[in-house]
Amino acid sequence: MLDTVLFVAFPYVAVVLAIVVGVYRYFFDRYSFSSFSSQFLESRRLFWGSVPWHYGIVTILTIHLLAFLFPGAWGALTADPNRLYIIEVIGMAMALVAIVGIGLLLLRRSSDDRVRVVTTWADWALIAALFVQAILGFWVSFVYRWGSDWFLHTAVPWLYSLLIFQPKIEYVTALPAIVKWHHLWGFLIIALFPFTRLVHVLTFPITYLWRPIQVVIWNKGRPAQK
Amino acid sequence: MNIRAQVSMVFHLDKCIGCHTCSIACKNIWTDRKGTEYMWWNNVETKPGTGYPTRWEDQKKYKGGFEKKNGKLSLKLQGRTGALGNIFYNPNLPSMDDYYEPWTYDYGHLFDAPEGDDQPTARAISLVTGKVMDTIESGPNWDDDLGGSPVYAENDINLDELSEEEREQLSEVERMTFFYLPRICNHCANPGCVAACPAGALYKRGEDGIVLLSQEKCRAWRMCISGCPYKKTYFNWSTGKSEKCILCYPRIESGQPPACFHSCVGRIRYLGVLLYDADQIEKAASAEDADLVEAQRAMIQDPFDPAVIAAAKANGIPDNMITSAQKSPVYKFVKEWKIALPLHAEFRTLPMLFYVPPMMPVLAKSKDGIYEVDQSGSDGLAPLLSALDKARVPIKFMARLFSAGNTAIIEEVYRKLITVRIHRRSAEVKDVSQAELEKAYVSGKTNPEEADAIFRLTALPTYEERFVVPDMSRELAVEATVLPLANKQETGFGFRKKPERRF
Repeated sequence: MLDTVLFVAFPYVAVVLAIVVGVYRYFFDRYSFSSFSSQFLESRRLFWGSVPWHYGIVTILTIHLLAFLFPGAWGALTADPNRLYIIEVIGMAMALVAIVGIGLLLLRRSSDDRVRVVTTWADWALIAALFVQAILGFWVSFVYRWGSDWFLHTAVPWLYSLLIFQPKIEYVTALPAIVKWHHLWGFLIIALFPFTRLVHVLTFPITYLWRPIQVVIWNKGRPAQK
Repeated sequence: MNIRAQVSMVFHLDKCIGCHTCSIACKNIWTDRKGTEYMWWNNVETKPGTGYPTRWEDQKKYKGGFEKKNGKLSLKLQGRTGALGNIFYNPNLPSMDDYYEPWTYDYGHLFDAPEGDDQPTARAISLVTGKVMDTIESGPNWDDDLGGSPVYAENDINLDELSEEEREQLSEVERMTFFYLPRICNHCANPGCVAACPAGALYKRGEDGIVLLSQEKCRAWRMCISGCPYKKTYFNWSTGKSEKCILCYPRIESGQPPACFHSCVGRIRYLGVLLYDADQIEKAASAEDADLVEAQRAMIQDPFDPAVIAAAKANGIPDNMITSAQKSPVYKFVKEWKIALPLHAEFRTLPMLFYVPPMMPVLAKSKDGIYEVDQSGSDGLAPLLSALDKARVPIKFMARLFSAGNTAIIEEVYRKLITVRIHRRSAEVKDVSQAELEKAYVSGKTNPEEADAIFRLTALPTYEERFVVPDMSRELAVEATVLPLANKQETGFGFRKKPERRF
């Protein structure tokens, strides 16, 4: 019963929260969408935290996502021990980079007077949750090696079963506790997502790559050209 | 021809007395909120001086504005992919310490302090952290009137090209001089902040060219602050959004000049419409350094030219905007008389705020009880005016500020301004010979009519002559932003929630 609550109900609740509240917030409180950068208040230490954290976690998340979206191709990739070895090393290295980054960010946020002033409870909850998740992830990969391969046969089918609304929790219930924590903590972050500044990931300004360099906007649309 | 209308500005520096009334008017209306305490959308700097934020003109450090790379115009800061790569950390962002940490005083302590041997003091309290600040290291107008000039004035980047001798002269006690440089957002035709914003939150308003920053779209990627070479976009550290001068557009829409213009004690400020050819923006912004001022003048079009009027109408510019452009004092100063120049044209953003450079005090010495002005009366100059190459502030310094280093342009401006003075002296004091007067008109490339017109608009302009705000009737003012029928019974203003952090 508890397993059903944790591995079926909780993920659905988290995702529904993220979508419903996120959409509501986007349409009714778009002003609140911001990365709330604190670089203006403290710049030097931000560099050593923010850069490794972001580049580390973006790489790690991309690997997670690719494996989930293309399990076949990923399986073929990890089938060769040499390639599996390289992927594991890259994954663990980037996880360490991310952990160092978020750790420094946490330290900075708690020790710098100016930055602490602009930190809300949601910020504390989020940064702590991310820190814990990064540690959990590294722990799993370190203690239970070759996760980039076995996760194709555990977490991926479980997530897929949730996606098609035919939940099959037996893929994950027998896993070691620390792995289960990593799964649940991921959904905790998804649940936190719409209530925190984490929404800024959705507004990554990719359109800057192709938009016209200068922007001119008419109040009521451009007047008719004659 | 792609004609656009731009509400533009002229600041006549000769008339600025450095009273900071403009700054206060602006602060009281727009930036007295939490997170904006340190912002001065309008500030007045002493020149020579390092300005606000400190050494903002140093683009080696701040990377503002545009540069020409292989003949192509690009942001000095970064390219498009560079912007996304630097999004986690902007290496060229000024920090609060480049401005100053805002503070208040613990006034209550003056009343509550227990009885003691000493007078109680009101200690400085940081408006950011709320903690006591032991030392205030910087503040608004920290180097006002050359205060601390060995540290501040000496480090003015515009002095870089001056010879050691010229620099020494500047700080000699009896030669020492300074002038004021009031600055607001230039509402550039090629704004660096707009180009740098990854989210596209900044935009130039089509109707009047005012550069605005959408608070709804801003995501605190903070590239605008670096992209603007004038450092006129600011980061609100409390709301996590950038903010900037809005040229008091609610006032402009209702026919009033912005608060800083209205309150200006020296009446140095002029506001009017310019019609310019938007197709020429790129060409004007990528001219050679020495030609930048001339290229920008060429971009501005004659509002009386039937072809320009026809093109403006074809672009949907309303008639009242065109008539405003015809009455514009800015057009006269910038294009007709050519005596108002953009600040730091070499940043290539085509600023639409122009400055009439200040005349400097004369150089004189007392000799045998007689007050003698250096080279007075020579070179087509009236008595009591010193020759240009003897100017108290080297012409090179002025050229660096107002004509992208081209001394010929700034000399031409000064010759005309001097001629206006000679012209008026001959009318008032009547001690200028006809021959000298004629010589002055030739040297200033002007004539009696123009000199009179410049004098009148400089010294005796009425409120209506200084501010030609395109009149917009109240009904139209509403229609400019909302459809009255579709939006009736609404609250009337866009924001219904407080602009503050909620998550």
